[in-house]
Amino acid sequence: MMQRLAAIYRKELKSHFQSVTAYVTIGIFFIITGYFFVNIFKFYNLLSLQSARDPSIAESLNIIERVMRPLFSNISIVLLLVLPLLTMRLIAEERKQGTFELLLTYPVRDIETVGGKFLATLTTFAVMLAGTLLFPLLLSIFADPEPGPIITGYLGLFLMGCMFISIGIFFSSLTNHQLVAGISTFGVALLFLVIGWASPFVSPAASKVLLQFSLLKHFESFAKGVLDTQDITYYLFTTFFFLFMTLKSIESNRWRS
Amino acid sequence: MIQVENLTRYYGHTVGVRSLSFEVPRGEVLGFLGPNGAGKTTTMKMLTCYIPPTSGTARICGFDIVDEPMEVRRRIGYLPEKNPLYKDMCVREYLRYVCELKGVSRNRIKSETDRTIEQCGLEPVPNRLIGSISKGFQQRVGMAQAIINDPELLILDEPTLGLDPKQIIGVRQLIKTLGQTRTIILSSHILPEVSQVCNRIIILNDGELIAIDTPENLRSRIGKSSVLRLTLRNVPGSSKAGEILAGLDGVISIRNGPVDSDKVHLSVESKPGSDPREMIIARLVEERVPILEIRSEELSLEDIFLHLVTGEES
Ligand SMILES: Nc1ncnc2c1ncn2[C@@H]1O[C@H](COP(=O)(O)OP(=O)(O)OP(=O)(O)O)[C@@H](O)[C@H]1O
Ligand SMILES: [Mg+2]
Repeated sequence: MMQRLAAIYRKELKSHFQSVTAYVTIGIFFIITGYFFVNIFKFYNLLSLQSARDPSIAESLNIIERVMRPLFSNISIVLLLVLPLLTMRLIAEERKQGTFELLLTYPVRDIETVGGKFLATLTTFAVMLAGTLLFPLLLSIFADPEPGPIITGYLGLFLMGCMFISIGIFFSSLTNHQLVAGISTFGVALLFLVIGWASPFVSPAASKVLLQFSLLKHFESFAKGVLDTQDITYYLFTTFFFLFMTLKSIESNRWRS
Repeated sequence: MIQVENLTRYYGHTVGVRSLSFEVPRGEVLGFLGPNGAGKTTTMKMLTCYIPPTSGTARICGFDIVDEPMEVRRRIGYLPEKNPLYKDMCVREYLRYVCELKGVSRNRIKSETDRTIEQCGLEPVPNRLIGSISKGFQQRVGMAQAIINDPELLILDEPTLGLDPKQIIGVRQLIKTLGQTRTIILSSHILPEVSQVCNRIIILNDGELIAIDTPENLRSRIGKSSVLRLTLRNVPGSSKAGEILAGLDGVISIRNGPVDSDKVHLSVESKPGSDPREMIIARLVEERVPILEIRSEELSLEDIFLHLVTGEES
């Protein structure tokens, strides 16, 4: 089991780092997150200058609240844009080329194929995310942020990435067209992100349900430095759900093709 | 080796193949022949466990393709019709990857890769990107991935598709060599290829099996007589040759062909199963008519094919 999964993992990881798309994607990710970081940090500096004159501002000058939390929510938006670009080709491209057919006639279980592809993309994503650790490191030169919320925040982003990637693989397994896969992933992930916005306008019961689905709602605890099993379960459950659906979709493809 | 029982596949309402049953003994090279859309690829996709049958089943090496697909997949090598390959991988790197996927143990991967590279004649290109080598070499890479881990059964879907004549000969030679030690199923539109390479032929049409037999039996089954073409030197005695030969055993009729200044052409139709060549030669030597050429013109597979598929006489 492990040898085959590892083989697929290595091949996918290599093709991520061989393709121009991946480098462009990762490059854009750093440029945008860096841009956000600089701006958020400048704003924070502005506030701290003002606080010298107006002590009432000083109370709200928590570096976690003012810098890391906005940075986390910005990163999550950028991930929403960037991860579908990494996931869209995973299965769609192989289906189009016909190599997927051949892969399915080797003694490889579907779960090994999906697992290898998922973990390879997750690794690429982890590398991307690790790159943004530069920002809290820079912060710690100027100030002394608490490590707790930063660690949990990163864990939250990582789990959110797992979820986006599993949605991405699922849509990639549904079609031969990478672009269709990418756009659908973006659409569905965006829906998970904004679904909570409707909660004030519906009945209390429905609002509760909507919030249960909301990706942002479940991220709040992480950003505050709290590990809530319910929130961790939410991300893990959706991830496994979409991976499971991917297996089902590959299975049903055999019937249709 | 392979037992196929009532194998049926529908694509929605379209028939892929219908109620196919046949057996393939170990070591046989079996050819699938049929026009476009006959169901050759569909049958192969089912035997390789890529698509499940709508009904019926098949057993390969004793394992059921529906119930034990993993066991079946361990024992087959498959070259799909379009020969899909990862264009951005090197030949050797790709073959190593296939070794890993097929579960070749770590310490055998290198020797297995080297063996297939050598056997498929890939020595000139092992470190080139697959996308950058010629179609002939790509086809060999396709064959190489199929024979990795020495599967008992090879399933090759139109292995010579789109190659130039020289490459076709090369790939056919490779198939012949591989066929000496393995069971092979291959499909083709090229009829001489099938008759050259295969022990038995299955003719499919519209998803149904029309005939399964050896190339020779298929010929005689149509029950047509065979024809001998004779070229004689134009000497005084040669004008009588036709009458003389007409009286021989096994000869049905004689047709006089064109007469040149120095040659006479004759066609001799003989009864099915009889071979009057020796008698003809002996008689003509007796009559002192020099023979320049004697050629037996067998029914071509094209004729058989058209006859079976369309019922048309050619
Ligand atoms: N994926 C598919 N969806 C719908 N119909 C299909 C599909 N694949 C094959 N068919 C139909 O099944 C029938 C058999 O096709 P198949 O590809 O097996 O023929 P073939 O003998 O391999 O033909 P060719 O010589 O052109 O390769 C055809 O009528 C074809 O249209
Ligand atoms: Mg075909």
